Amino acid sequence: MIKHLRSAADLDAATATLILDTAGEMAALAGREVKKLPTLRGRTVVNLFYEDSTRTRISFEAAAKRLSADVINFSAKGSSVSKGESLKDTALTLQAMGADAVVIRHSASGAPHRLASWVDGSVINAGDGTHEHPTQALLDAYTMRSRLGRLAGLKVAIVGDVLHSRVARSNVLLLTTLGASVTLVGPPTLIPNDVAAALSPATELTGSASLRGDRLIPGEMAGGFPPPANPAGVEKPTAISPAAIAVSYDLDSVLPDMDVVMMLRVQTERMQDSYFPSAREYSRRYGLDLARMRKLPEHAIVMHPGPMNRGMEIAPEVADSSRSTIVEQVANGVSARMAVLYLLLGGKA
Amino acid sequence: MASPRADTTSKIILSGSDLHRVVDRIAHQILEKTSGATGTVLLGIPTRGVPLAQRLAARIHAFEGIDVPVGSLDITLYRDDLRLHATRALGKTELPGGGIDGRRVILVDDVLYSGRTVRAALDALNDVGRPQSVQLAVLVDRGHRQLPIRADYVGKNIPTALYESVRVSLTETDGLDEVKLTGGEK
Repeated sequence: MIKHLRSAADLDAATATLILDTAGEMAALAGREVKKLPTLRGRTVVNLFYEDSTRTRISFEAAAKRLSADVINFSAKGSSVSKGESLKDTALTLQAMGADAVVIRHSASGAPHRLASWVDGSVINAGDGTHEHPTQALLDAYTMRSRLGRLAGLKVAIVGDVLHSRVARSNVLLLTTLGASVTLVGPPTLIPNDVAAALSPATELTGSASLRGDRLIPGEMAGGFPPPANPAGVEKPTAISPAAIAVSYDLDSVLPDMDVVMMLRVQTERMQDSYFPSAREYSRRYGLDLARMRKLPEHAIVMHPGPMNRGMEIAPEVADSSRSTIVEQVANGVSARMAVLYLLLGGKA
Repeated sequence: MASPRADTTSKIILSGSDLHRVVDRIAHQILEKTSGATGTVLLGIPTRGVPLAQRLAARIHAFEGIDVPVGSLDITLYRDDLRLHATRALGKTELPGGGIDGRRVILVDDVLYSGRTVRAALDALNDVGRPQSVQLAVLVDRGHRQLPIRADYVGKNIPTALYESVRVSLTETDGLDEVKLTGGEK
């Protein structure tokens, strides 16, 4: 079993399938009266959140608590970070406290990779900048598998702000590993120019180039730093076959062929420049409304990682329809994260 | 797992037909001790406890026409030795429709050894419901208990040395029915 979950590329097909199967067993717990297992008794999980988050932090906290781990929540606001403490010093503090796992969310791409070199415990990436969000991809894959019965051969459209989306990147990596094919849909300004290159490990870690010394400086990652020759923490490149990924700028033509449509949130907080003329135009061309939903095949499902901008990328009637898995995704998130925590921490250290 | 090693001797303790007779006998004993298996649920402990529980239920049905609910109870997450080994994959836990509350639960496993698996199963049971009573049925009791646990139904007692190992094979999981003792000469 792997030690860290920093990227969806850390997972080969067998490991990813093991996590999904384990999540299936964990899901049975939700129906029980005693929603608790003794498995991680005495282990400490630290939630290290440098960025705001509701569902991911709560989901990790619930997952760790259901496995009886002790949970320490750390958010940058109100901590020594606001006094200028660097990520490394914070990491060393956690190390001294004996954290068995650190769940980190950070605005800097590559922060989990750096953290993994400073602490002895497992590092789980809960979202780093515009880079990756592997547990989201796992819960999405789990949701697809439980709704549609399989992943191999599924056609998945990921729609919206692909350029800034860590959810999209992790999903592409995981879904192609598991045999699904992915179509990226959005305005040309929000789709990477060269998708294959954007997903290759060299650019994946542009973030760590800007880790000056031991100090991680959030907000500087989007700049054009050259990729490091040998980025720390990356063992092997992940080959993504270009055949498994397609790009389209026209949502309507893609929909009739899809099993899954995953709508991404328009991330206004990550957009300094204007990527589309107006919210209204974006919504008209790439928003999923009822008329568009009817173009989907009968069995197809609609997903959204949350939080939603209702009326922007997804119409309220679509979000609340029976095809929508949005609430299910939240419930599955706890199961998927329990599976990850168990598989990383449950065995011999 | 079941591959015989060249440097060890192995002895067949139960052949296929022996094993069937033993299962038949346990089924009869269950009927006898539970006055016709009323209010009884069979829970197999994965891996091999599950097919054994199903066989017991099938035999009970054949003998008396009674349908005993069968399920499985995975104990991996309750083990006390998780940290001594690499992470284990989970087995299936499937409780029968009526649940286990107020029922007589009979845990079914292939080999009773240290008793730690049964302890974990009792903990797991505690979290899924409150049975009226819990009993234990095993195909083989090989001794060397480390906890104060005993079985209510035993297929065969096999005196073993600690360095020996008991291998139970079942058609459902291993392609044949057999119980073997290996690692004898030391």
